[in-house]
Amino acid sequence: MNKTVNQKAWFLVLPVLLLVAFNAIVPLMTVVNYSVQETFGNNVFFWAGISWFEDVLRSPRFHDALGRQLTFTFTILLIEVPLGVIIALAMPRKGIWVSVCLVLMAMPLLIPWNVVGAMWNIFALPEIGLLGKTLNAIGFDYNYTRQTGDAWFTLILMDVWHWTSLVVLLAYAGLVSIPDAYYQAAKIDGASSWAIFRYIQLPKMKRVLTIAILLRFMDSFNIYTEPSVLTGGGPGNSTTLLSIDLVKIALGQFDLGPAAAMSLIYFLVILLMSWIFYTVMTRDEANQ
Amino acid sequence: MARITLSQLRHSYMANPVDEADWALKQLDLQWDDGGAYALLGPSGCGKTTLLNIISGLLEPSHGRILFNDEDVTHLPPEQRHIAQVFQFPVVYDTMTVYDNLAFPLRNRGVPESEVDKRVTEIAAMTDLTAMLKKRAAGLTADGKQKISLGRGLVRTDVNAILFDEPLTVIDPHLKFQLRSKLKELHQRVSRTMIYVTHDQTEALTFADKVVVMNVGEVVQIGTPEELFDEPQHTFVGHFIGSPGMNVLPCDIDHGQAVFAGQRLETANKAAQASQNSNEIGVRPEHVRFSSTGLDARVVKVSDAGRFNIVEAECGGHSLKVLVKEGAEIPSETAKLEFIPESTRIYQDGWLAGRRSAP
Amino acid sequence: MRRLTWLVPTIYILFLMLPIYWLVSMSFKTTNEILGSFTLFPQSFTLENYRVIFTDPTWYNGYINSLIYVSINTVLSVCIALPAAYAFSRYRFLGDKHLFFWLLTNRMAPAAVFALPFFQLYSAIGIFDTHLAVALAHTLFNVPLAVWILEGFMSGVPKQLDETAYIDGYSFPNFFVRIFVPTIAAGIGVAAFFCFMFSWVELLLAKTLTAVAAKPIAATMTKTASSSGYELGLLAAAGTLTIIPGAIVIYFVRNYIAKGFALGRV
Repeated sequence: MNKTVNQKAWFLVLPVLLLVAFNAIVPLMTVVNYSVQETFGNNVFFWAGISWFEDVLRSPRFHDALGRQLTFTFTILLIEVPLGVIIALAMPRKGIWVSVCLVLMAMPLLIPWNVVGAMWNIFALPEIGLLGKTLNAIGFDYNYTRQTGDAWFTLILMDVWHWTSLVVLLAYAGLVSIPDAYYQAAKIDGASSWAIFRYIQLPKMKRVLTIAILLRFMDSFNIYTEPSVLTGGGPGNSTTLLSIDLVKIALGQFDLGPAAAMSLIYFLVILLMSWIFYTVMTRDEANQ
Repeated sequence: MARITLSQLRHSYMANPVDEADWALKQLDLQWDDGGAYALLGPSGCGKTTLLNIISGLLEPSHGRILFNDEDVTHLPPEQRHIAQVFQFPVVYDTMTVYDNLAFPLRNRGVPESEVDKRVTEIAAMTDLTAMLKKRAAGLTADGKQKISLGRGLVRTDVNAILFDEPLTVIDPHLKFQLRSKLKELHQRVSRTMIYVTHDQTEALTFADKVVVMNVGEVVQIGTPEELFDEPQHTFVGHFIGSPGMNVLPCDIDHGQAVFAGQRLETANKAAQASQNSNEIGVRPEHVRFSSTGLDARVVKVSDAGRFNIVEAECGGHSLKVLVKEGAEIPSETAKLEFIPESTRIYQDGWLAGRRSAP
Repeated sequence: MRRLTWLVPTIYILFLMLPIYWLVSMSFKTTNEILGSFTLFPQSFTLENYRVIFTDPTWYNGYINSLIYVSINTVLSVCIALPAAYAFSRYRFLGDKHLFFWLLTNRMAPAAVFALPFFQLYSAIGIFDTHLAVALAHTLFNVPLAVWILEGFMSGVPKQLDETAYIDGYSFPNFFVRIFVPTIAAGIGVAAFFCFMFSWVELLLAKTLTAVAAKPIAATMTKTASSSGYELGLLAAAGTLTIIPGAIVIYFVRNYIAKGFALGRV
């Protein structure tokens, strides 16, 4: 759509701008403020320059948390995106089952995050949880509160449970927007199922999949509540993702300076990666 | 390459059609010769798209059979029928180049790459796509995309028929003419059977050797464009084809002759006896003229249509149109009208009276 | 092969339902049964857990608080996002693209980063522990989302609609409220759904910004879990009840959920 230039449109945007600025800029400034100061309590602050940033960037603790975060994010993306696409492809296109599928699949998305954590905490308990008990009964030595591997397995399974539906919904929306004529033409051209997927469905889903991956990327990088309820970052620090570590430092130890510096670095990492991803995914379209 | 026969075809979208109106396609018997250019013409909802989908195999008819040559293909899926289809909205594979789009049907059928290249080059030249072969198909204009769709049909050597479902809908008006002539030219070069569905009489009449006119699920006439114009078998054809359409006026029947506005009219056909439902005479505006004797009429309105003037007149309590050449004199107010007898026909229950057989 | 495709969504849905089933079934069990034995179905079926929740104000107030701030947030986010989305979909103006991207970056901001500054900011202006505080805080990620979704829907409405209305003599506010808003009602529904969803499920900010008066149900649950030992049955019942509002909302917007993001622009 060709848009007209109209500077007065700023007035329409103004309420959003004010609200978000109030919510984003003031707190962000607070964070920046903390990140360059040192305090010994009593609201007395000293200029600390960029020393906190240097500390954070050098600290093995941050490196470990970032490493765990990246492992987690890429693992769940690798599972959820293909799985979501497969499920969307297999979903019915017409009739009553569409509604049934959509409603049931959207359920996990609307459960408060701490309830998700609590639910999986209970579900996976080795003694009284259905999952934990079953796994142990069929011969696995499963205990997510003690063994790192089991904790990771539960954490990833929980995220797949929680968020795959988002990918499904988006992919499905992309699929149903494809006009019938495309499938008919493909049939007439003698295309195989794979060719239909590769040359019709996948290209048409590209836009929604970009959105899905971006959202999942951002949200999984921000994830806090579910793992903190499920494992609390443990056993040890083995599932301490970035947000959990941040809250531990900021609210647990009240080390505001390092926490603030870490926040900013963390935020920049998300911004940078989203931007790279966004650019790569949309570069094709720009070329046309 | 094939002759297409539709035998006793009926289709309903309902599971248990009871009423006559439940049928999207009523009884249909048709034969299309190999290599012909046919048009299916009719208003929206007349069943032409249903018929097209039955031919292409996207839809299975409730009754009847479809034969390609002598092979019964009624229950075959589209990919085994060897047909090609150009849809209303252009369907191209966005991510592929124009070349790959054209090659797609051949590659799917395992044709060797050297043969693919030969065919694609040949068809691209035919459809004026050569310059764009390396471009992404998504970047083309609507008419370019329709050419790709058509090219995908032409590129295959095994195609029995190419079907067009209102292919010019999204094409800019000034390009419609070009694309239409291109189609006609291509038909003459490749002499494949082509079936063109449209609601636009100009498209149908310029493209096809034979036009099938449909109305509410029924074929009302099959004929060359001239036949449709000169000898409409049904008032619908008379009205639908031609601009302005045929005048259809209620009349009485006396001893096989039509009586309109108190006058006995000479007509091209005779009616055996009066019908219970409707008796009408049909005469095209082209075949009505002002004269010194004839029916009393009153001129209501004159509108200029370029080389002709369309005169709206009132005669015997009915309104009718008269086509008068530019410059010819038009009486004001009262006038006398004459219908040319060879082109004036009696219709009963909509159909031409005394016609020999059903279409 | 084709016949078996229904198995994929079926198995997936079963997988989704298992933990939920476990939660629901646990909510009908007594604490003794939960801790003492492993049972697939509640043996001594009890509604005791639900009775506690519905009679204890600290419990049911949690629900009321949550619903209040979620509603405020949804209304606020959508109302403020509407004119902005219109501006983005119809006009080009200085810095529009940057502004749009900047808005979206707020969607990326980790709540953990903002928790403490929010606490200080809202305490300073005196709205700590009010429903408004949580509702405002949640606009941080909901307003950008609402703008994004609404902009997608609005771009699908031809500009001729606006022009015709202006020619017919409508003023901008009049046109916007009487004609434009009803036209994109589906989009507003979708945007409201996502605002509801993200506000309903968020806990970190909601917990940080409240103490007593506006404490959300989710926070009540965490307190219970830690303070009064492990009352799993009660926790399960409370959790089960938090699923219900979401399920109701999904049912109403089921035909639009999928469209919501699909129409937003990347």
